[in-house]
Amino acid sequence: MALKGNLRDFTITQLLNLVNLACKTGTLVVEGPADVAKITFREGKLIYAQLDHQDNSLAGILRRSKKISSRQYSILSERAANMNDKELGILLINAGYLSQYDIIESLQQYFVGIVRQLFTWVEGVFNFEVNTLQPSDKIPIRMDLENLIIEGSRQLREWEQLQQEIPSLDMSLKFSDRPGINIRNVNLSVEEWRVVYYVNPKNTMRQIAKATKLNDLEIRRIVYSLLQAGLVEVIRPGERTVALPPRAFPKTNKTEQKSLINRIIDRIRSI
Amino acid sequence: MQTVKIVVTGPFSSGKTEFIQSISEIDVVSTERKISLESEKIKNATTVAMDFGRITIDKELVLYMFGTPGQRRFDFMWEILSEGMLGFIVMVDSARPETFREARYILETFRAYAPTPYVVTANKQDLDDAWDLEDMRFALRLDPKIKLLPCVAHDKNSVKKVLLELLYTILAEMEAK
Repeated sequence: MALKGNLRDFTITQLLNLVNLACKTGTLVVEGPADVAKITFREGKLIYAQLDHQDNSLAGILRRSKKISSRQYSILSERAANMNDKELGILLINAGYLSQYDIIESLQQYFVGIVRQLFTWVEGVFNFEVNTLQPSDKIPIRMDLENLIIEGSRQLREWEQLQQEIPSLDMSLKFSDRPGINIRNVNLSVEEWRVVYYVNPKNTMRQIAKATKLNDLEIRRIVYSLLQAGLVEVIRPGERTVALPPRAFPKTNKTEQKSLINRIIDRIRSI
Repeated sequence: MQTVKIVVTGPFSSGKTEFIQSISEIDVVSTERKISLESEKIKNATTVAMDFGRITIDKELVLYMFGTPGQRRFDFMWEILSEGMLGFIVMVDSARPETFREARYILETFRAYAPTPYVVTANKQDLDDAWDLEDMRFALRLDPKIKLLPCVAHDKNSVKKVLLELLYTILAEMEAK
């Protein structure tokens, strides 16, 4: 039976659990709103992962894990353009630039990073392609899934809590009116600063997330920390000032509307 | 005959049905059902679709009050009920701090549905273990500009005060525009 569906009904953690328990071999393809992830398993173990919009070459992965510099990456990309990952790996080991351990560790970090990123996807469709393995020129590893599943479950709980705290991303943020607080003196991460830069009643959280390339979980996490620190407040978007919807009143004239409210006030007072 | 509506929302068992019953001139058209989940058995029945109360203002105008179901699994009703409302009241049980987070969720959701005026009421203020208003304001993360009103939903005068405060807020926001 085809294992395919929607992330809203079946989470990544549940999928990993299924692959793990059933010792499945194949590739899980997840199509999210912004990218496509391919995670390959052999007998229930993670062996490979890639994101379509990322440089998944060995050189790119080694640069990301800082095993090689950007300059070395450029040289490798140029001179070893015709080599596949396996050939490049053997070349680097034989030339004494890197050890086998360095390469495996970088690949593990990269693959785990992709699975962690997947935990933050809440929208998307998945399809498990049975017995499809990674491209033959890519280097597979072998990792147990239990730790990742536990991590994913924790993240799921966090996601549920954050959704309760910040149910709608269509609201805006404004700086709290608290005298004596200077945001410049607060230690914020780069991502938090990027969000802070866009804090303005005119920008909804969804717009801020788009501008800062954060997904729903990441923006909620940052906004939650700023809320907890009392630095920002959630408000209605500035463009949508408090207004009564057109259908709320049988009258359209403002004076008549006020008169209607006053009639209700008089009546309630008299009850 | 013209009609306008006000929505009363809030977490499960915060007193929405009682609030409407206290002031409605008709018996509240209620959709209460027996509670089936053990975890929710702090009362015998709960609203599953909406409560519906009425106040005739004059010959030409009627005010309807709709109470939303408090349980999250009926939240598909919230958006429907919030359409075209004059304003809304968020009821919070002052003696059940475990529901404050849910109250915040409902408040944020309603604010996102419709940018209409609202007030928050701290119900069951007559109970010994009711939280102070200022503590509740902090826990609910309410802006100082938002009215947080004490209330006892079975007391008609208390309900009247809340309704009047919402109407004053509606007037003030109309004038501010």
